[in-house]
Amino acid sequence: MTDYKTPLRKFIQDNFQMGSGAAAFSDADSFMTRRIIDSTGFLELVMFLEETWAVTVADDEMVPENLDSLEALQGYLTRKRGA
Amino acid sequence: MTARPLGPHVLDLDLTAEVDRICTWMVDAVANTLHRRGVIIAMSGGVDSSVCAALAVRAFGTAKVYGILLPERDSSHKSADRGAMVGDHLGITYELQDIAPTLAAIGCYQQRDEAIRRVFPAYGDGWKCKLAIAGGAKGGINYFKIVVQSPDGTIDEKRLGLKEYLQIVAATNHKQRIRKTVEYYHADRLNYAVIGTPNRLEYDQGFFVKNGDGAADIKPIAHLYKTQVYALAHHLKLPDEVANATPTTDTYSLAQGQDEFYFALPYNQMDLALWAHNHGLPAGDVAAGLGISVDHARFIYSDIESKRRTTHYLHARPVLVEPVTEVCG
Repeated sequence: MTDYKTPLRKFIQDNFQMGSGAAAFSDADSFMTRRIIDSTGFLELVMFLEETWAVTVADDEMVPENLDSLEALQGYLTRKRGA
Repeated sequence: MTARPLGPHVLDLDLTAEVDRICTWMVDAVANTLHRRGVIIAMSGGVDSSVCAALAVRAFGTAKVYGILLPERDSSHKSADRGAMVGDHLGITYELQDIAPTLAAIGCYQQRDEAIRRVFPAYGDGWKCKLAIAGGAKGGINYFKIVVQSPDGTIDEKRLGLKEYLQIVAATNHKQRIRKTVEYYHADRLNYAVIGTPNRLEYDQGFFVKNGDGAADIKPIAHLYKTQVYALAHHLKLPDEVANATPTTDTYSLAQGQDEFYFALPYNQMDLALWAHNHGLPAGDVAAGLGISVDHARFIYSDIESKRRTTHYLHARPVLVEPVTEVCG
């Protein structure tokens, strides 16, 4: 199975936390609850997904169940692109 | 005894006492904290700025309240007409300055249209547009759609990508910032304070432009729900056209309600949901009070928190390495 979590974690750490020493987050942590990504940040995340893995995130796929944790993103991209 | 279900009664105010409280506070703030000699009020013709103007006249008298009407290319002519009507009704001095040439010179319309054309290449003269929020009220993640109308009346819409969304908002924010620049010109000229006119929904949910309509010296109705502002408009005997006006953004060329642009529900329902959330009521009470599903009520609560997180930056003062206590406490 393709590992999406590692490059996504690096993107989030580089782009949102910017080496600020923000607390580490687990694969299951909600980006919203942990205040790592806000709604504008999710647009950045979607752009990253679309540019990196050539997927198109549909309007009805813009839900926390697909995007709000590394585990959710791993599952979403796996379903979207096939294992 | 069963408590009354959630309803508009929770927003009932002693309007006479509230007007007295606000007016006493305004005079004290302007005279003793800000040390200004009067107030500037930009009048959009909407209920919030009209109520603020009426409160200012009660507090300071007509001679110390200066009104400004600031229309531009996309604002409705009804807005300036209603603003002038309020100025006349209150008996204050006001002037109109069309800010469209300034906005054109700074690139507002060109930068916005260039971003829209990346989504709809045919967009140009004769077309209209607006932004609409989606996602949050249905349990999703908030995003914005651009809605366009071609000269033949055809409507189309698409979700905005990050770059286009940010550019359209950045360009459009020139409108609120240029207005504020003009307001502060008059404030400096007259040694007056500037009134900011957000109601509680707007203030809490970050429905304002940082250093644009968010900038002001006093904000007399930021603690009041929109429903309460309408009640004050009637109490203060403002013209019916204002006291019964539907809230709009008056920022995009297509007609647009504030709920469509930003809020998850019409203002009267959003007021109750926000009040309930602020008072710790469970989502089930909101569902029963508004006649919506419990899931929908949970989504509204989640959306309120999401908007607070996203717009925290708008409220933030400049961040210092350490407090400079000699000047800012």
